[in-house]
Amino acid sequence: MERAVKKYFAIFALPTLIAFVIGFIAPFIEGVYLSFCEFTTITDAKFVGLKNYLRVFEDPTFIHSLWFTALFTVVTVVLINVLAFTVALLLTKTFKGTNLFRGVFFMPNLIGGIVLGYTWQLILNGIFGLFDRTLTYSASYGFWGLVILMCWQQVGYMMIIYIAGLQSIPGDLYEAARIDGANSRQCLFRITLPMSMPSITICTFLTLTNGFKLYDQNLALTNGQPSDMTEMLALNIVNTFYGRNGWEGVGQAKAVIFAILVAILALLQNRMTRSKEVQQ
Amino acid sequence: MKKALALVLAAAMAFSFVACGGSGTSTSQSTAASGGTSTSTASTGTATGDASGGKVYYLNFKPEQADQWVELAAQYTEETGVPVDVVTAASGTYESTLKSEMAKSEAPTLFQVNGPVGLAAWKDYCYDLSDTELYKQLTSDSFALKDPDDPNKVDGVAYVIETYGLIYNKALLNEYIAKDYAVIEDIAEINNFDTLKAVAEDITAHQDDLGFAAFASAGMDSSSDWRFKTHLANLPIYYEYQADGITSTEAIKGTYLENYKNVWDLYINNATCEPTMIGSKTGDDAAAEFAMGEAVFYQNGTWGYDQVKGYEVADEDMGMMPIYIGMEGEENQGLCTGSENYWCINAKASEEDIQATIDFVEWCITSETGKTGLKDMGFVCPFTGFTEEFLPANPLVTAANEDVAAGHKTVDWCFTTMPSEEWKNGVGAALLEYAQGTGDWSAVETAFVDGWATEYAAANG
Repeated sequence: MERAVKKYFAIFALPTLIAFVIGFIAPFIEGVYLSFCEFTTITDAKFVGLKNYLRVFEDPTFIHSLWFTALFTVVTVVLINVLAFTVALLLTKTFKGTNLFRGVFFMPNLIGGIVLGYTWQLILNGIFGLFDRTLTYSASYGFWGLVILMCWQQVGYMMIIYIAGLQSIPGDLYEAARIDGANSRQCLFRITLPMSMPSITICTFLTLTNGFKLYDQNLALTNGQPSDMTEMLALNIVNTFYGRNGWEGVGQAKAVIFAILVAILALLQNRMTRSKEVQQ
Repeated sequence: MKKALALVLAAAMAFSFVACGGSGTSTSQSTAASGGTSTSTASTGTATGDASGGKVYYLNFKPEQADQWVELAAQYTEETGVPVDVVTAASGTYESTLKSEMAKSEAPTLFQVNGPVGLAAWKDYCYDLSDTELYKQLTSDSFALKDPDDPNKVDGVAYVIETYGLIYNKALLNEYIAKDYAVIEDIAEINNFDTLKAVAEDITAHQDDLGFAAFASAGMDSSSDWRFKTHLANLPIYYEYQADGITSTEAIKGTYLENYKNVWDLYINNATCEPTMIGSKTGDDAAAEFAMGEAVFYQNGTWGYDQVKGYEVADEDMGMMPIYIGMEGEENQGLCTGSENYWCINAKASEEDIQATIDFVEWCITSETGKTGLKDMGFVCPFTGFTEEFLPANPLVTAANEDVAAGHKTVDWCFTTMPSEEWKNGVGAALLEYAQGTGDWSAVETAFVDGWATEYAAANG
């Protein structure tokens, strides 16, 4: 059977491959090419060499949004994973209504980013309104607003992954540990955590890239206000490309830098957490 | 057996692939026929209709009139058989929609730019309109947008003239005047900044007694901030241009920024909400406050009538006065009138399409149906064919005409020369931070003066 299927490898792989080339490879290559061009519409591009890349680093908003995004990513990766893991631990205990709780925690993830952003904008502005302030009052309001929003949205999703991981840990490990006299704290750090490394790899990867690529929520919640101080990388790129005439190529160059950066970070993270995984 | 099974699997796979391909093509055809963007689209074209083979694709800027354009296009198609597609960009996304639509093989044949600065990006795409009725019928040459490199080439033609100022509620203002503490006896006395300030501050002082505020909220949400970072900022720029005898500049001096500050202070400190709250206030909020009689003054233009009509404020109670900023002799200052809606025809379209587009716009401004259609959209069109009966029923337009008749000097729309959107955003952000107390006025000055120089250099360097 396997060998027979292998024979028709091309027929099985071709549709996806074609879709991948049309939908990803070709635009990516064109995108990289365009980052070396000046253009108004992508059909009349003129090659200008490295000029766009030089202009990227002269743009203070890009550097600011880079650091802002980095800080945001660090904070959300830690918070989301700690919270999700804790919730998952709680909801793998046997008590009434765990399924209901799992459902409730997961639900925010089903709502789109733009809707979430506007909903939270209303909630947060409603609270700030009591003190005659708004989200735009200071960049730190926007920052923590975004953090709360992201946690609320993603904790449920990561929780599901952690639950699946926790449930696959064989019960006899705990049994053996308990016979040897291990307390619950030792069980958590010596068994549960090491055995959950595959889930942690997945979840840190997802939260890391989600944090870096964040766009919809940022657009809807603060749109960069005040004074572009809460503008994250993806929003900065879009605003450069579409918001400023003559800066299309610079926006493109930023996007290329952004893609490389995310790829490097994701690879590093993957290598780091992978090395801690244990074989069952 | 296994081999057969694999073959069946492969065949099923291949079949579904073909099926997908098939349905994929049909979808793309149908989107192409309907104009194909994510925004509201409508096709009135028939596949076989016209004689010359040309077609029109209009990328409309004004969402308020989206349905009416589709209707008008349908009427044109019915009369001539030429297909006209109208696609409307969602509010605030025109530039980005235009950028992506222009890159397509079926690019818009009719689009618009917002003035000389918008033109800079699109001038290579503009067909010379100097030989068309569109240009010849203009009531004033100043409504044409000339090519920056060639003064004889007409790149764009304004198709709607708009006016803005301080819209006010006559009924509420008279209610205030009737009080014994009122500082004026007649609305006409408000013809300079000092009186306006005295009235606004007096209304604020007696807000509990009156039950309304002086100004509608100066919202700095993106749906409303253009009223201040662009329209209000026009006044200090206008006066500086007047004083220096110029019509544009590469470096603004900010001579009248103090006046700008005074008006902004007046707006935010005498409004329906605290200055710290304006960051979340939208354009709809301000319109609603005015329409429900919660505020006397509301800075907006003739286009705002549709949003405020039919509520608490009767049409005859709506007036519009100039935005006074405290200049010498401003008793004779008029409303701000101009256009930032210039029609351009895509020079890179095929010859038949260009001709079809010219025919369509000429029909719009000369035929009875076309002119009625534009009138129903509430447009004041600057073409000779638009006589008295083709003026829209809009009390704010009436107010604008009365202002001109009273001999006041119209303020030009100098904001079309602002160097870039980025400049406006910088000024807007600084205004907001100043209002909520997290920034100084000097930041507005920096964004205004230094920002102008850097943005001008970036756009033209």
